[in-house]
Amino acid sequence: MSQATSQILPDADETAAGAGGPVIEVSHLNTHYGDRHVLKDLNLGIQPGEIMVIMGGSGSGKSTLLNHLLGLLHPTSGTVRILGRDISKLSQVELTKLRCKMGVAFQGGALFSSMTVGENIMLPLREHTKLDEQTMRIMARMKMEVVNLAGFEDLMPAELSGGMVKRAAFARAIIMDPKILFCDEPSAGLDPVVASAIDQLILNLRDAFGMTIVVVTHELESAFTIADRICVLDQGEIRIVGTPEEVRASEDARVQDLLNRRPEGQEQDPDAYLQRLTGGIH
Amino acid sequence: MAISRDGGVTGLLDRIGRAAVTGIGEVGYAATLLGEGVMWLVVGHARRQPVRIHQVFQQAMEIGVLAVPIVTVLAMTIGVMLAIQGIHTLRTFGAESRVTLGIALSVTREFAPLITGILVAGRSGSALAARIGTMRITQEIDALRVIGIAPVRFLVTPALLAMLVMVPVLTFWADCVALLGGGLFVSIDLGMSLGAYFDQVLDAIALDDVLHGLGKSAIFAVLIALIGVVNGASVTGGAEGVGRATTRAVVQAISAIVITDMIFVFLLTR
Repeated sequence: MSQATSQILPDADETAAGAGGPVIEVSHLNTHYGDRHVLKDLNLGIQPGEIMVIMGGSGSGKSTLLNHLLGLLHPTSGTVRILGRDISKLSQVELTKLRCKMGVAFQGGALFSSMTVGENIMLPLREHTKLDEQTMRIMARMKMEVVNLAGFEDLMPAELSGGMVKRAAFARAIIMDPKILFCDEPSAGLDPVVASAIDQLILNLRDAFGMTIVVVTHELESAFTIADRICVLDQGEIRIVGTPEEVRASEDARVQDLLNRRPEGQEQDPDAYLQRLTGGIH
Repeated sequence: MAISRDGGVTGLLDRIGRAAVTGIGEVGYAATLLGEGVMWLVVGHARRQPVRIHQVFQQAMEIGVLAVPIVTVLAMTIGVMLAIQGIHTLRTFGAESRVTLGIALSVTREFAPLITGILVAGRSGSALAARIGTMRITQEIDALRVIGIAPVRFLVTPALLAMLVMVPVLTFWADCVALLGGGLFVSIDLGMSLGAYFDQVLDAIALDDVLHGLGKSAIFAVLIALIGVVNGASVTGGAEGVGRATTRAVVQAISAIVITDMIFVFLLTR
């Protein structure tokens, strides 16, 4: 197969993944930070074209799981398959090729502060394609239209509001027309109106481009608005994976605590409590 | 961990041991960065991740061209200072006219590379550490990775290359300016013409002396870049962490420059 053809045709594994199999498949994923067992035997499949919301409280392991899906962390054991490829076994070149099919909108936007918004959005095109400057500018403007940010390409990221930064991050994430879009806390820190606009944007992206979208969030309203399915993580374990209705109807106490914003009840051992306070001096 | 937190000898040894392990780890990391940086320079095109020449120029502007005014001022001052001190010392022996030899050799072999290295460490080494540290805490480094851009190729190699070119260039400029500064004072104080002064300077120094200084400055350039990147990459804890890393990068780079200079002088004067 010529080099040009091999770039156009999908990989054999990828074809298999596209033929009804999950786009993302997490199997028996375990991760440790030192002695701490952060993710405990996770199993999760995400289907093409679905919006999967990964929910959980602080420290539940959702950001760690996202980092695994992005190939930024290596698991202690288990596998993460993206488009049929085991992400931890890919060479740097293969990983780069795979990442061209993934877009990521980071929590804080992660726009490069030394570049204008337009340059930020064009960066993946500049690095991975041989398009001329004019075509790249047109494509960047098209994506900026999609995220309702047209006309702001010459501003620096520091000149944008929080909602605009998120939208610019979305524009950069979708500039390569990825098959999978990852969003880390897309509506965190935004006012309700802007947060709702971001939710609508995610739904539009799925409908317009047929992307598979993975959203990590702890915003309940947003999660139930956009999710096809929700995965609830708690202390590194998956408590439930299901439709919003199934999650609402769950009888799992931890899931209900999360949905009803109840803090985790902790049985206090008085001696242990005193020991912790005094550092063992008494 | 209770042992490590006591104030006794064990605690001290524990802290020294930990610092040593961290230091060795950082040296190893710097060596890896250097290797990876050079690798991207060589195989970047083949892997479709070339080092962008405009980024190298951008860095060269910041590290080199924008530093010319301050290098000029400091080099001129050093040249004048050496002339004042040299004439004052040699006057005791009635040998003031030999001051040109001292100025020529000390500027080209020692003062120009040292003052340029220290200046670039304070100016550009700290900026590199702050930039990478800030990019780390704002997830920009992660963003590069997920876009499919190797951070070392995108951030480190251009800075390393620009540093490697611009620090010797600045050093050569500092050579010229410091010699001119010394010459101006000598011509005023001793009544020697600038032409005669530069004739004596050119007689006193060989090409080897200039190359000695430029060679050292190239090593300083690598040290400044790597120390800046290692400290930037180790940032934790937000803005305060960036500040700490920046300070640490400057202190470490200046220390490394002075120590390397001493080793250089020792080895080349045996």
